Amino acid sequence: MKAMLLGFVAIAVIAVGADYTLDQMGWSAAEQGASPSNVRLGY
Amino acid sequence: MRDIRHFFLGCIMAALALVFAASSLPPNMANAQEAGSVATETEIDRSATGGATTLEDIMRRQQGLEVDNTFRSENIGDPAVAAGMSDQLGTLGGASDPDLWRGMRFNAADVTTQVRGPASDVLIQDGGMWWLLFREGPLLTYGGYLLLGTLAFLALFFLIRGRVRIDGEKTGQRIERFKNFERFGHWLLAGSFILLGITGLVSLMGRKFLIPAFGHESYAWLATASKWVHNNVSWAFMLALVMIFAMWVIHNLPDKTDLKWLAKGGGLFGGGHPPAKKFNAGQKMIFWSVIVLGVSISVSGLSLLFPFELPMFAKTFAILNNTAVPEMLGFGILPETMTPHEEMQYAQLWHAMVSFALMAIILAHIYIGSVGMEGAYDAMGSGMVEEQWAKEHHSLWVEEVKQREGKAPGGATPAE
Repeated sequence: MKAMLLGFVAIAVIAVGADYTLDQMGWSAAEQGASPSNVRLGY
Repeated sequence: MRDIRHFFLGCIMAALALVFAASSLPPNMANAQEAGSVATETEIDRSATGGATTLEDIMRRQQGLEVDNTFRSENIGDPAVAAGMSDQLGTLGGASDPDLWRGMRFNAADVTTQVRGPASDVLIQDGGMWWLLFREGPLLTYGGYLLLGTLAFLALFFLIRGRVRIDGEKTGQRIERFKNFERFGHWLLAGSFILLGITGLVSLMGRKFLIPAFGHESYAWLATASKWVHNNVSWAFMLALVMIFAMWVIHNLPDKTDLKWLAKGGGLFGGGHPPAKKFNAGQKMIFWSVIVLGVSISVSGLSLLFPFELPMFAKTFAILNNTAVPEMLGFGILPETMTPHEEMQYAQLWHAMVSFALMAIILAHIYIGSVGMEGAYDAMGSGMVEEQWAKEHHSLWVEEVKQREGKAPGGATPAE
């Protein structure tokens, strides 16, 4: 039971860590289709 | 239907190529992005409409038949032969507005953009319509049926066969079946797979089932959360897959005990318990399904996770073409050049189809590891199993354990 809970906690830790790491490395999917100088229309 | 049949057959072929396997469509379909159409069997006379849509086109579309779109996709203006823009009836750059819009629809327009992302100059991907229709049609429908059918089969099996009980008298003795780190790896894989399965289904089926039930606002929140979970939990799944492989591959190599086990149907029918080592043939099949399908899902998932960065289907098709198998099976030569979006679409379909297959297999695994068999859950719960259970289901493994512990097989009192 302890191993199971540890496994589930590890999933959460890895997920948050992956999100943070990929963001830091500039691998955010949201940035893939963006450009620092793009033009935004509206608003 | 013919295209869908081709698609599925292509998938089976591609599965043979294991990790980089892919699915297939007839070349003319897959190249729809460039061609902009599927050729119909007969040429339509368009002289009456000056080359535009005819009544026959409209009738074919209304009947759900394929319409030859080349009269559109090839009619995108030609500056070389056009009247100068200052001449009478001259057009801007030799292409009229309709010409330009057709060019955009069929991805033939010369688009420039300051957005530097890959494939950002594709404004309309008409060639992706088959993917969209397949994704929200057969993929969703048959994938759903597969999972529901598996659940129904397991329920029926439970009603007929009932729970597999421990036949002999329980000894009260427990032996260690899986160590802590083994169970950790298993639950890392299991937990992440269940999360990925649920969030994947939400992404695929939400538009059809959840939006009508809960509305757009609720689904928007759920879809965003699902996407985050799916993208990021994937790393735990991939890590666990490596762990599982490293820990258990040695115990999952096929040997002759598997043949005996399979010959007796694993003891499910006809009674008796065929001997098995740490993993029986059924478990070995689960193991290799998880590894092979799991790696395939991971590779196509990585391709989706990093859009346009890891295209692999054109390469896979090239490898398959070199084997001549697609031609032997009547598919012709599979497309070896694809637009970036087509690569992503193939990756998405493959990812979903292999995932459906693995989900169905894992449902059976969950069944037999929980309600389906008395004493099985303990192996992954506490790690300690009832000795009688172990003797019945993994007799050769129990002997190995006993020998390692320096005891006589079966834990019997040594003869005096």
